[in-house]
Amino acid sequence: MTLDSKIPGGPIEEKWTRYQRDLKLVNPANKRKFDVIVVGTGLGGASAAATLAELGYNVKVFCIQDSPRRAHSIAAQGGINAAKNYKNDGDSVWRLFKDTVKGGDFRAREANVFRLAENSNAIIDLCVAQGVPFGRDYGGQLDNRSFGGAQVSRTFYARGQTGQQLLLGAYQAMSRQIAAGRVKMFPRREMKDLVLVDGRARGIVVRNLLTGALERYAADAVVLATGGYGNVYYLSTNARGSNVSAAWAAYKKGAAFANPCFTQIHPTCIPRHGDLQAKLTLMSESLRNDGRIWVPRQKGDKRPAAQIPEADRYYYLEEKYPSFGNLVPRDVASRNAKEVCDAGMGVGSTGLAVYLDFAEAIGRLGREGVSAKYGNLFEMYQKITGENPYETPMRIFPAIHYTMGGLWVDYDLMSTIPGCFVLGEANFSDHGANRLGASALMQGLSDGYFIIPYTLGGYFAGNKLGKVSTDDPAFAAAEKACAARTEALLKVQGHRTANDFHRELGNLLWENVGMARNKAGLEKALKRIPEIRAEFHADVKVSGTASDFNQNLEAAERVADYLEFAELLTRDALHREESCGGHFREESQTAEGEAKRDDDRFCYVGAWSYQGEGVQPELLKEPLTFENVPLATRSYK
Amino acid sequence: MNFTLKVWRQKDATSKGHFQTLEAKDVSPDLSLLELLDELNEELVLKGEEPVAFDNDCREGICGTCALVVNGQPHGRDYGSTTCQLHMRMFKDGETITIEPFRSAAFPIIKDCVIDRTALEHVIQAGGYVSVNAGAAPDAATIPVPKEDSDRAFAAAACIGCGACVAACPNASAMLFTSAKITHLASLPQGKVEAKRRVRAMVKAMDEEGFGNCTNIRACEAACPKHISAEYIARMNRAFLCASVS
Repeated sequence: MTLDSKIPGGPIEEKWTRYQRDLKLVNPANKRKFDVIVVGTGLGGASAAATLAELGYNVKVFCIQDSPRRAHSIAAQGGINAAKNYKNDGDSVWRLFKDTVKGGDFRAREANVFRLAENSNAIIDLCVAQGVPFGRDYGGQLDNRSFGGAQVSRTFYARGQTGQQLLLGAYQAMSRQIAAGRVKMFPRREMKDLVLVDGRARGIVVRNLLTGALERYAADAVVLATGGYGNVYYLSTNARGSNVSAAWAAYKKGAAFANPCFTQIHPTCIPRHGDLQAKLTLMSESLRNDGRIWVPRQKGDKRPAAQIPEADRYYYLEEKYPSFGNLVPRDVASRNAKEVCDAGMGVGSTGLAVYLDFAEAIGRLGREGVSAKYGNLFEMYQKITGENPYETPMRIFPAIHYTMGGLWVDYDLMSTIPGCFVLGEANFSDHGANRLGASALMQGLSDGYFIIPYTLGGYFAGNKLGKVSTDDPAFAAAEKACAARTEALLKVQGHRTANDFHRELGNLLWENVGMARNKAGLEKALKRIPEIRAEFHADVKVSGTASDFNQNLEAAERVADYLEFAELLTRDALHREESCGGHFREESQTAEGEAKRDDDRFCYVGAWSYQGEGVQPELLKEPLTFENVPLATRSYK
Repeated sequence: MNFTLKVWRQKDATSKGHFQTLEAKDVSPDLSLLELLDELNEELVLKGEEPVAFDNDCREGICGTCALVVNGQPHGRDYGSTTCQLHMRMFKDGETITIEPFRSAAFPIIKDCVIDRTALEHVIQAGGYVSVNAGAAPDAATIPVPKEDSDRAFAAAACIGCGACVAACPNASAMLFTSAKITHLASLPQGKVEAKRRVRAMVKAMDEEGFGNCTNIRACEAACPKHISAEYIARMNRAFLCASVS
């Protein structure tokens, strides 16, 4: 297999326009003859479902939650970028494009990123028209804030609940289409397999989580918008239900998985408290706009924050990166936090935390002013920790947050399986090796509202697709395989819970495939993962039956997939002997300890192609060229 | 800390339910209530018993999935919290904690503490949106929106659709939920075009789903994890009246 990214020709600013100009269209009257399956109802899935239905396609939408409004996009706090330049501070599509390519440490595809920047303004327009209540100033105009990795204010926000408000906008647009009969919604369904007929994606097998029954659905195309795989680390900021299983099923059916080692560690999370913790909570990095990050200069200084005088405080980001200060990109902020904690300057009972201090901001803006900007975040922090951040600095520590890697897609957002499209965090396309703040929401909505409606139409218009029904033997075979996997898991009746295995896997990955990685650690993990997997299949205990509402079984099946996926992630991290973005290889760093890319050897997308059970996957390479943003070493100093 | 948990068990929608007593020993005060339930579930699985089914997802109070009545109150007694935001330090050592699902005829029980809230979906589908298609929007800066209106829209839009308002209401009314969406959209110029049709359709859907009416008890407001104001119910009633007579 080879990778054809299908990037249109011409100068970068004309590629998307030319693509749209040359696109084959489906006649409005014919659109209703096409069935589309959308899996996942986050920003990518909900916006795609709504827009495709508006165009006239028949859309079937599936989600694992009880309501599509609960997809994990709901939890995104900070904001969404757009090149509106409402602040008159020199922003433009070009600048947003360049910042995003540079922020991604030159491992994203230029053409995709430019298109994303171009779409950014239309997203804001649409969201405002939908009634998304973005923050406004007293003149009634839209307000902006600045975010990590940018020197302009281009981030639109709705307090600390931007993801919620954008998702509700998309959810409501989709609800309108449900009422109109153009979208059929299937909640509490989990995709278990992708069904291929004649080499094309033609349907899915899902488990009805209410009854346990396996169900078949056929369509002319399948759109996966199933989110990221951060929960492979057990503890992450993802929702408990977020999982890799749908993407993994597509991988095993032939969709290449790109750059799985590009995982993002978010610098501003609430530190962990103990072993029974179920998840980590993120505090929006917009807090870094007004909060100052510091640790005591003295190792092991146990004085309360308030008693540490200014001179004994080490504002390490401001000192090391004077021009960006506390607003350096996420990977830089995270690694620096780890460094000062490793050096013994960490705070709190575990020593694995740094201060995020709002005293200066409260002095400048007043308590009211700070509360208006961050009130809900402060409240959330206080609920979890029992401490009042208006009075004592917050304690923060990095946590797994977002995964830049995902199923490989071409310019059409189509995976290596014809007819299987992948949107949002589930694909790999726009963020390279590191995602900038306020870019995920932009990408999910760009993919759903403004790209898939075009590219999917092009696919339908350009290919003759015969009718396929769920009676096709491919559906029966997929369903049988799913049932057999479930049955095998239930039969083990061993001595450890799936959650216990998941925790062990997570710890192994966090220690060896986490913020800083090295050959020895990666090889150790690569050896240990198959062992844990074997122990899991020999000794797991899953309760209940397959024909019931069974949350324990749901979780166990996801863990089974993580145990396979973790190996691919680690293998990818081991093969990429360079540091870039969120992937930091200790062997590849500058004298000052900064990430060192190796453009001669690794300036490519590494996409893994499944070759069968127990066989090494094949590594496919899509070379990356940078014609518009010259390859340069990122510097935020 | 030590606790006795009395947890609602019910095989399915039609079976009779009962409370099961579970003991929790040496619990860290930093643990969340749902983390404690996770742990008790692990023990049940290893003992060969069925774990307690309960819905949850984001564990940070924003997705609206978790829906437990804790010690008689939806989302427990901590004002402005969802169930997943309750931490054991908020309870007294040795306390008996009762845990049951949100109860309302419009929210049938699926299993144990898991409920079906599809009725709320139908209320939104009846009109909880602005009818605009992708591609049809003018520049976002075209219409300035007074900050007070925009702030009110946001405050109302903060609803997470958990259904605690319904569970708290003796009439099982969904008027706080419905009025929050109506207020959100009617506060903005973009939502005003369809305001009359929307309020009529959503109120109708609310009635058809079997939710009761508001008698100004305001238990909904007290139970709401997102501080949604009962003032919106008055706004909705006024809008409904205006829309019905004009």
